[in-house]
Amino acid sequence: MLAVQQISGAGQVLAQRAQLPAIDYGALAPLLVILGAACVAVVVEAFVPRPARWGAQVAVTVLGLAAAGAALGVHLSSGAGGVVTLAGTVAVDGPALFLWGTLLALGLGSALLIADRTVEPGGAFVADAAVRVGTAQDRAQNRAQRAQPGGTTPGGTRAAAAGGHEEMQTEVFPLFLFSLAGMMAFTAANDLLTMFVALEVLSLPLYLMCGLARRRRLLSQEAAVKYFLLGAFASAFFLYGVALLYGYAGSVALADISQASAGTDRSDTLLFGGLAMLVIGLMFKASVGPFHTWTPDVYQGAPTPVTAFMAACTKVAAFGAILRVLHVGFESTSWTWRGVLWGIAIASMVIGAILGLTQTDVKRMIAYSSVAHAGFILVGAMAMTPDGLSGTLFYLLAYGFTTLAAFGVVTLVRDAEGESTHLSQWAGLAKRSPLTAAVFGFLLFALAGIPLTSGFTAKFAVFSAALADGMAPLVVIALVASAVAAFFYLRVVVLMYFSEPAADGPTVSVPGGFTTAAITLGVVVTLLLGVLPSFALDWAALGGFTS
Amino acid sequence: MDQYGWLLVALPAAGALVLLVGGRRTNAFGHLLGCATVLGAFGYGLALFARTVGLPAEERTRELDLFTWFGVQALQVDFGMRLDPLSLTFVLLITGVGALIHIYSIGYLAGEDGRRKFFGYLNLFVAAMLVLVLADNFVTLYLGWEGVGLASYLLIGWYTGRPSAATAAKKAFLMNRVGDVGLVLAIFLLWRELGTLEYAEVFARAGEIGGPTLLAITVLLLLGACGKSGQFPLQAWLPDAMEGPTPVSALIHAATMVTAGVYLIARCSPLYDLTATGRLVVASIGAITLLLGAIIGCAYDDIKKVLAYSTVSQIGYMILAVGLGPAGYALGIFHLLTHGFFKAGLFLGAGSVMHAMHDEVDMRRMGGLARHLPITFVTFGLGYLALIGFPFLSGYYSKDAIIDAGFGAGGTAGWIFGGTALLAAGLTAFYMTRLVLMTFFGEQRWRELRTEDGEEYHPHECAPVMWVPMVVLALGSVGAGYLLHAGDALVGWLEPSVGALAESEVSVVPHDLVPLLTVAISALGVLVAYLVVGRHRVPVDRPQRVSLPVRAARADLYANAINEAIIARPGTWATRALVYVDNKGVDGLVNGTAALLGGTSGRMRRLQTGFVRSYALGMLGGSVLVIAMLLVVSY
Repeated sequence: MLAVQQISGAGQVLAQRAQLPAIDYGALAPLLVILGAACVAVVVEAFVPRPARWGAQVAVTVLGLAAAGAALGVHLSSGAGGVVTLAGTVAVDGPALFLWGTLLALGLGSALLIADRTVEPGGAFVADAAVRVGTAQDRAQNRAQRAQPGGTTPGGTRAAAAGGHEEMQTEVFPLFLFSLAGMMAFTAANDLLTMFVALEVLSLPLYLMCGLARRRRLLSQEAAVKYFLLGAFASAFFLYGVALLYGYAGSVALADISQASAGTDRSDTLLFGGLAMLVIGLMFKASVGPFHTWTPDVYQGAPTPVTAFMAACTKVAAFGAILRVLHVGFESTSWTWRGVLWGIAIASMVIGAILGLTQTDVKRMIAYSSVAHAGFILVGAMAMTPDGLSGTLFYLLAYGFTTLAAFGVVTLVRDAEGESTHLSQWAGLAKRSPLTAAVFGFLLFALAGIPLTSGFTAKFAVFSAALADGMAPLVVIALVASAVAAFFYLRVVVLMYFSEPAADGPTVSVPGGFTTAAITLGVVVTLLLGVLPSFALDWAALGGFTS
Repeated sequence: MDQYGWLLVALPAAGALVLLVGGRRTNAFGHLLGCATVLGAFGYGLALFARTVGLPAEERTRELDLFTWFGVQALQVDFGMRLDPLSLTFVLLITGVGALIHIYSIGYLAGEDGRRKFFGYLNLFVAAMLVLVLADNFVTLYLGWEGVGLASYLLIGWYTGRPSAATAAKKAFLMNRVGDVGLVLAIFLLWRELGTLEYAEVFARAGEIGGPTLLAITVLLLLGACGKSGQFPLQAWLPDAMEGPTPVSALIHAATMVTAGVYLIARCSPLYDLTATGRLVVASIGAITLLLGAIIGCAYDDIKKVLAYSTVSQIGYMILAVGLGPAGYALGIFHLLTHGFFKAGLFLGAGSVMHAMHDEVDMRRMGGLARHLPITFVTFGLGYLALIGFPFLSGYYSKDAIIDAGFGAGGTAGWIFGGTALLAAGLTAFYMTRLVLMTFFGEQRWRELRTEDGEEYHPHECAPVMWVPMVVLALGSVGAGYLLHAGDALVGWLEPSVGALAESEVSVVPHDLVPLLTVAISALGVLVAYLVVGRHRVPVDRPQRVSLPVRAARADLYANAINEAIIARPGTWATRALVYVDNKGVDGLVNGTAALLGGTSGRMRRLQTGFVRSYALGMLGGSVLVIAMLLVVSY
């Protein structure tokens, strides 16, 4: 937050001659708590002795998330409406609070997956990321790990971890917390510069986290570099868009842009050129096609708990920002840009649904599924009605938990080389582990949108809102795309249930408490939102944007 | 007692839950529990039925609100049930025939691994089917619609060892998705037009929907019905679905699930009443399908496939009937009920034959089985007579009524609908007689043959647990038609749901002549079958040099080829084009274990061949496009 304050504050200082803006600490508390926890985690990393670090980091992370959740609860129960604070740079309103709650809950699930050390002995993260792949030291790291044949049992793990050889890189926890704080700021940013800073705060730790996998390190590092390069590319677009919009409106505040665009004779080129670049930067983060190209590679290469975090939380944060930009900044010009976003949404749905059909890797398949889902969410985000807003928020909540649990299950199916993500290795999984197959099957049905899962209720909410806002042709395309996408989910179900298991197929690890808790959380929420969606829909419909 | 209506669904659902979650612990009693839940639901359904009959006609429709599914301002969907004559009729059919088939399955799957799981799936199916017919709004209907689909795929793919079973399950899923999209679109259109999805409100306000929109809704509903009921052009999955165990074919793919399309159209009769064009489309689809099914049914040698095409054809009759509007809704349901009895009985009989013949389905390898399977022969024979419309058996009443109503459409349409229905009745008599002759009469061709394991065939009658349900269904095939017909019992009972039956004034053929014509043409079909099949030696190997019509019929009248050309191939091209554009090293579809051979490193190389520069270029291209479009649009 310090960075946010400084940069946005800088403009303020010039304008108002060093008058400090009023700060509503109550409303900002959840965000501040997460940032505070991140700083504590950095201190822990520096001063706590190595054997105790993992425990301390997990405690700091989970307590931080819980405290932030409590602060959110206190603020909600105080009944305060939308609050704009920090000199108008941050808006803590209905959608922001809903998305903060969603992010904190999904963050807890991701933190549990990250913290797990039973599925992969020592954790999914490399002990020393700075060691170059293939060197003697790296081989020593690997040997230390392979020398633990009993490593799959919790007892063996603890013994190994105590030995210090396969301690995981615990810096992942502060990185995670910083990234989460960035996401929260992203969804609440009320002007474009704050949004840009939050974008970088959420992205930079993610780039690093992608490269920390314990297994298949080259793949992981390649993913990190790709994500970084393409992310920088997209950030440049975003920033250029901000510059153009500043040129147009003379301000970076969304409300000012909205006001400026209402009935003036300024240059439309600046406005729409700026909007286009801004949207491209945001679409990249949300992995909306055709700006999705990084998604499959990065999802596949990153350590799976980080993939789960990216797939669930980044999507929520990015769409939170898209919603705010479209609803607050560009509502009055929606008739102009809507056609173009139609094209993007159609491209995303078609790319996701059709390319998903050809994937042979589970993680890549879910990546393409996320591209298709991004298209569906965009359909809802374009509906400029209260129903469209609440439906989209609901969709983000539902999708986040389903995809989180799905990646949680992916971590469990393993062979000697680590996770077995190739689809052919999942053949006949139902015979080896009926429970895992049933859980994954259920999650796939949710992604496909079968009734009694959150996937159905979410699609229903979003599509009905889009239909009511006059987007019938788009809804038809979306329904056809979801029917096509259903086919590749079914392919996995067929593979798991109707195929003979391969002779040297993978085993399914019995997860420890953390992973079990994360998967259970995802499955229960997916079911609950499918059967009783009303309470979440009500919450999502609590209030509109304040600016 | 109405307020406990949810028990109808809850009983089989609880059964499914216990059997599927309980795991091996429930192996010992699983099959009994599976039967008990469905029998319990049947008992409760009977009680509800008895109570409803005692009520005056206007009180026979009750709605039960269970809980609110969606409850935000604009989006109100309650999880409710509608107990009315139409839904109760289906409840009795589903639980009654369902219970019999559950009992039969105890014997059919005796000694097979996972019989418990089979009963779990069957219970799941019954629960979902009851949700479908008891729903009081379109969203709950859709829930049941997807639920029965799911159970159906699970059961089609039951024999996991056979790749053909997995393919058939996939095909069923794919074609049903096409239909489901239609249903979902219709539901969304209704929602957009009326803002509600409750039956009561939708039907009361159906008049507010504009003509073209209403036509679109009815045609899309029909598309949904076509997918689920195996109607043209989505009929190809149903015969393939015979890969499932025979009790599944009897319950799901003959008696209940595949008739959901007929239910849907009958349920939406207030919508169809308002659009003559919509009804005409429905009736035409029915007429095309009933003829197509009957023609293809003549060419198959696989006993289950013949019955499957017969099902396609008979559902065509029902769709034709409900497409005739007020003159046919009740008749469609009538035929649906009698068909439920005799077709389920025929499938169970076929299952008994397969049981006796080491799971052989090729009728060319059978013959002369009547003496070895006397009970099966008699029950099968009664079902056969009912199906071909032998006077005073079930099919006679229900099919005649539809043919009569077809002629009653008047004018050219009357000639076409009545004529095809009449012609198909003759074809039905032909292919069914052919089936019975090849299976139960003639030379005992199996004596010279060996099973795949090299053993001799020893046909034997099945256990009582299997033949008792067959006898009950045979009794139904004989008597149900008369009972439901006498005094217009069924038509009067259904009146509160689908309206009164309209008698046609413009029939192109006198009403009294129709039964005579039907019997005559059926007799002709039987005679031709006897002359062609019964008096000749049936070759064990399928003759390859056959005439063009036979070849076309054997190829399902090229339905698969057409599907391939229209849907599958463009889909493949689109995928290839996109993959090319996407510039990826995608390695084709899952092709078994070949991919396992390469080591991890090899796999890594193969999967991740994308270069950052090409990704960035792709993004740049997209960006240029978006910016250009926005700027163009803004001017």
